[in-house]
Amino acid sequence: MTVNVLTLTIDDQQVSAREGQTIMQVATENGIFIPRLCHIEGLDPVGACRLCLCEVKGTPKLLPACTTKVSEGMEVSTSTERLGEYRKMILELLFAERNHVCAVCVSNGHCDLQSMAQKVGMDHVTVPYRYPKLQVDATHERFIADHNRCILCTRCVRVCDQIEGAHTWDVMGRGEGSRVITDLNQPWGDSETCTKCGKCVHVCPTGALTEKGRSVAEMAKQRRFLPYLTKMREEW
Amino acid sequence: MTPDELKTTAEKQREAVGKYPHRVHVCMAAGCISSGSDKVKDALTDELKKAGKDKCCLVKGVGCMGLCSAGPLVEVADSVAGNSVMYKNVTAEDVPALVASLEGKPVPHLLLPKDIPFFTAQHKIVLENFGLIDPDTIADYIMMGGYEALNKALTDMGPAEVLHEVTASGLRGRGGAGYPTGLKWSTVAKAGGGQKYVICNADEGDPGAFMDRSVLESDPHRVLEGMAIAGFAVGANAGYIYVRAEYPLAVKRLKNAIRQAERSGLLGQNIFGTPFNFKIDIRLGAGAFVCGEETALIASIEGLRGQPRPRPPYPAVSGLWGCPTLINNVETLANIPPIIRKGGKWFASIGTEKSKGTKVFALAGQVNNTGLIEVPMGIKLRDIIFDIGGGIPEGRKFKAVQTGGPSGGCIPEQHLDMPVDYESLASVGSIMGSGGMIVMDESSDMVDVAKYFMEFCMTESCGKCVPCRAGTAQMHDLLARIMEGDATMRDLALLEKLCDLVKNTSLCGLGMTAPNPVLSTLQYFREEYTSRLLDGGGNGRHPKTAAAAEVR
Amino acid sequence: METAVVENPATSKDTRWKLLTATMRRHGNRPHALIESLHTAQEAFGYIDDVAMKYVAESLRVPLSKVYGVATFYHYFTLKPQGKHTCVVCTGTACYIKGAGQLLQAMEEKYGVSAGETTEDGELSVLTARCFGCCGLAPAAVIDGAVAGKLTVAETLERLDKVIGK
Repeated sequence: MTVNVLTLTIDDQQVSAREGQTIMQVATENGIFIPRLCHIEGLDPVGACRLCLCEVKGTPKLLPACTTKVSEGMEVSTSTERLGEYRKMILELLFAERNHVCAVCVSNGHCDLQSMAQKVGMDHVTVPYRYPKLQVDATHERFIADHNRCILCTRCVRVCDQIEGAHTWDVMGRGEGSRVITDLNQPWGDSETCTKCGKCVHVCPTGALTEKGRSVAEMAKQRRFLPYLTKMREEW
Repeated sequence: MTPDELKTTAEKQREAVGKYPHRVHVCMAAGCISSGSDKVKDALTDELKKAGKDKCCLVKGVGCMGLCSAGPLVEVADSVAGNSVMYKNVTAEDVPALVASLEGKPVPHLLLPKDIPFFTAQHKIVLENFGLIDPDTIADYIMMGGYEALNKALTDMGPAEVLHEVTASGLRGRGGAGYPTGLKWSTVAKAGGGQKYVICNADEGDPGAFMDRSVLESDPHRVLEGMAIAGFAVGANAGYIYVRAEYPLAVKRLKNAIRQAERSGLLGQNIFGTPFNFKIDIRLGAGAFVCGEETALIASIEGLRGQPRPRPPYPAVSGLWGCPTLINNVETLANIPPIIRKGGKWFASIGTEKSKGTKVFALAGQVNNTGLIEVPMGIKLRDIIFDIGGGIPEGRKFKAVQTGGPSGGCIPEQHLDMPVDYESLASVGSIMGSGGMIVMDESSDMVDVAKYFMEFCMTESCGKCVPCRAGTAQMHDLLARIMEGDATMRDLALLEKLCDLVKNTSLCGLGMTAPNPVLSTLQYFREEYTSRLLDGGGNGRHPKTAAAAEVR
Repeated sequence: METAVVENPATSKDTRWKLLTATMRRHGNRPHALIESLHTAQEAFGYIDDVAMKYVAESLRVPLSKVYGVATFYHYFTLKPQGKHTCVVCTGTACYIKGAGQLLQAMEEKYGVSAGETTEDGELSVLTARCFGCCGLAPAAVIDGAVAGKLTVAETLERLDKVIGK
C-alpha cells in the first residue's frame, strides 16, 4: 500500500507528513508542542477542550489540531497572541467551573490542568468561581472519583470503551450539569461492569480519578500502557 | 402509480370536490385546534346534516390559514359564484348562522376581510396549498399538482438535470445559515457510491418559530416529495425525517402521509415504474436544541447523545453511519417540488440578487397579527411588521425585532427599511435564521431579552466543549448580575471578552452564535446595560438607585 | 404510585413491556433504536426507571452508562414518575415576552411547585417546554395534553383547579 506524503508549514517550519495524520501528530513529531487536555495519544480525539485550536491560513474558523487532518501546503500557526489569550481564558473557565484546590489535591504537581496553566501562563482567574456542590464517590474498593476535580475531558469514558472494552463510564446530563457516571449513575463500587483495571484513573488528567490511600501530591499517573497497548493492537 | 394514474387521481378528486356548490374549509392546524376549531368542524358537519345541506356543502379540515391570532379560521367558498369569504374567531355557537348564510349574505360580525395586507402582501410558494387541502388526504395534494414534480424528475429529467434546476434556482438553506442548496446536493451526488441518505431536519428548536411545524401539519406530502426528488438527485434510496416529539400532530400527519404515499406507490420500490426506490422513516427528537446542528442530529438518529463533532468531515462526505448524507431543513425541501415543476429560472426571478425566492416567517410577540406568513426575499422589515403584522398593539412604540432566535439578534428601528435577505440581516448583527420573528415594543427590556436567550443557550449547551459549556454559564450569571444592579464596568468588559471567546472557539454553531443576542443588544441598546452598572453613570435605571428613589 | 413491576420484562404479561419489546424488535434490536425505545418506554409507563433502562440496555446490547447518558441528555425523557395531571408551560420567546414567567410564578404560589416538580399529593406536575410552536397564541400551556392559548394567570389557575378537581 502506498502512503501519500505531503508537506506543510507549522509555525514557519517546513515539515512533511503522511496523509491522514492530524496537525497534532505532525506537530508532536517535529517537536512543536500544542496545548491540549481532552486529547491523549492512543484514544480517539474528540476536539472538546478547544485548547489545541490553531489558525490555518485561508480558513476563517480556528481548527482543533487533534482532529484536523493535514493537507498539502497547509500553513498552520499554533501559538499566536490571539490563541494564547483564548487558551488562558479557556483554562480560567475550567478552573472556575468546579472546585480545583491544588494545595490539598492528591494530584498536585502531577496534574495536566495545572501544568497546562503553567505552560500557557494562566496565573490568575478573572471569571467568578462557581463553587458547585459535587460529590466524592469513595465506594470503590481501590479508587476514588471526585467530581469537584473533573474537567469532563471524557478520557475515562474513551479508555474504558476503546481500550478496556467495558464501557463502564459515560457522561450523563448536558451542559453545565454534565457528569461522568458509572453504569446507571450508581456508586462506582456497585458497578457491575467495572473490571477494576484502573486505566481510567491513569488517563485522568486531574485528581478527579485517583487511587485510594494517596496523600496530597502523591498521585502520579502511569500512562505508558496506552501507547503500548495501542501499538500492540495496530494492524500490520 | 403510473404517470397516467397520477393524472386520473387528480381529475377524479377535482370532480369529487367540484360537485359541491359550497365548500367550508376549517383550519385544523395546531393553533386553531387549541382555539377549538375541531369542535367547529364537528358542529358544521352536524348542522349541515340537520339542515339537509350536506349534499351541497363539503366540510373540509385544512392546513394553517396563517392568521393564528384570529383563530379558529373558517373559509366559506361558493363554487358557482366563484368567490369566498373568511371568518375569524368562529365558535361552535356561530355554526347555525354560518350554515344559514350559505345561500344568503355572509355573517357580518365574524367576517375577516381578505383584502388586508396580511393576505395581499404575501407571496405563497411553500404555503401555496395551505388552507386549501386536507393534509390527511393524498388525493387533495395530487389534485393541486402534487407529485407531478417527482414524476417529471424521474421520467423526463435525470439526476444531473434536477441538480441543474436546483442550482439555477439559487435556493439557499432555509434552516438559517443560507448555504446554497444546489452546491450541497452536488457535493453529496459526487461523493463515492454505495449507500447514501437524505435527512429532513424538522427539529425546529428555535423558541418562537413554528414554520416547519405548520408545513408538516398542513402539507406533509410536499416534504416527502421534496425528499424523494433530493434522493433521486444525489443517489440516495433512504431518508429520515427527524422531527420534534413536541409536535405530536405533525408526527401523526407525517406518519399518515408516508403510509398513503407508500400505498400509492409514490414511495417505495420502482416509483413511477422507474428503477428509483426511496423509503422514508421518522425519527423522534427528544428535546435538545443542539440536535438542529447537523452532526448532533446524525448522532441522535444513531441513538446517541446529541453531541456535535468537529467538521470536516462534513456529512456530505461522512454522515449517517459514515455514509454520504444530505441534510436539508423542512422549508428548503418544501421549495423543491415547485422549483422542479416550474423551473429554476422562475424561482430565481423572485427575491433579491443573492437571496432568491420567498421566506416563511413565524410572526409573533408584540404585534397585532401573529401567525404564519410567506414573503418574497427583499421585502422591508417595516412592511412585515406594520403592514402584514398590523403594527404594535395598543398604540405602544416599536422597539426591536428579533430574528434567528438564540443564534440571532435584535434589530432596532433605524434598520427597519433594510431588505430582508441573508446578507443584510447579517450586516446588522442578526441572521435570517429559520424564520422566527419576534416583535418587541417599548415595554421589553433588552438586557432581560439577552439574558433569556443566554439562559436558553446555557441549558441547551450539550456540554462537550469548554467554551460553550462553561462560557455560556458565566455569561448568563454576568447578565443576571447586570439585571440586579450588582455589576460594574469590569463585569461588562468580561462579558464582552467571553462573547468573543465563545464565538470563536466553540465547537459547533450553537456556541459560535450564542453570544449574538448579547452582542446585538450591546450594539444598539448599550445604554440599557451601562445604566444598570454600579459605576456606569446611571440615569435612574439602575435598579437599586431607582428603588431608593421610590422610597423617598 | 404505579411503578414498573420488578419481574423479567422479557417474559412479563404486562402489555406495557410488550409494547417496548415490540418497538425494539421492529428495529431489529439494533443499538441505534435506543432513543425510539426510550420514547416507547416513557409512553407506556409515563417515565423511564432503572428496570426499563436495564431491559433496553440488554436487548439492544448498549452499555448501561450509555443508556443512562442518553436518557438524561434529552429533556423530553423523565426518570421520575409524573403527577396524575400535568401542566407544561411554554417558555419560548413569544410566550416569555407575553408573560409565561407570571404563569409559572402564580402556579408556584398557589400549588407550591416550581417547574419540574410535582405536588406532594402527586396530583399535579408543572413542567416547562421550549416552544410548542403555538407562538401566535402566546402565552400557551399544555394541560393534560390539550393546548391552551392566550392564557391569563386567572384563567390558568381556574383551568388547573378544574383539572385537579379542587
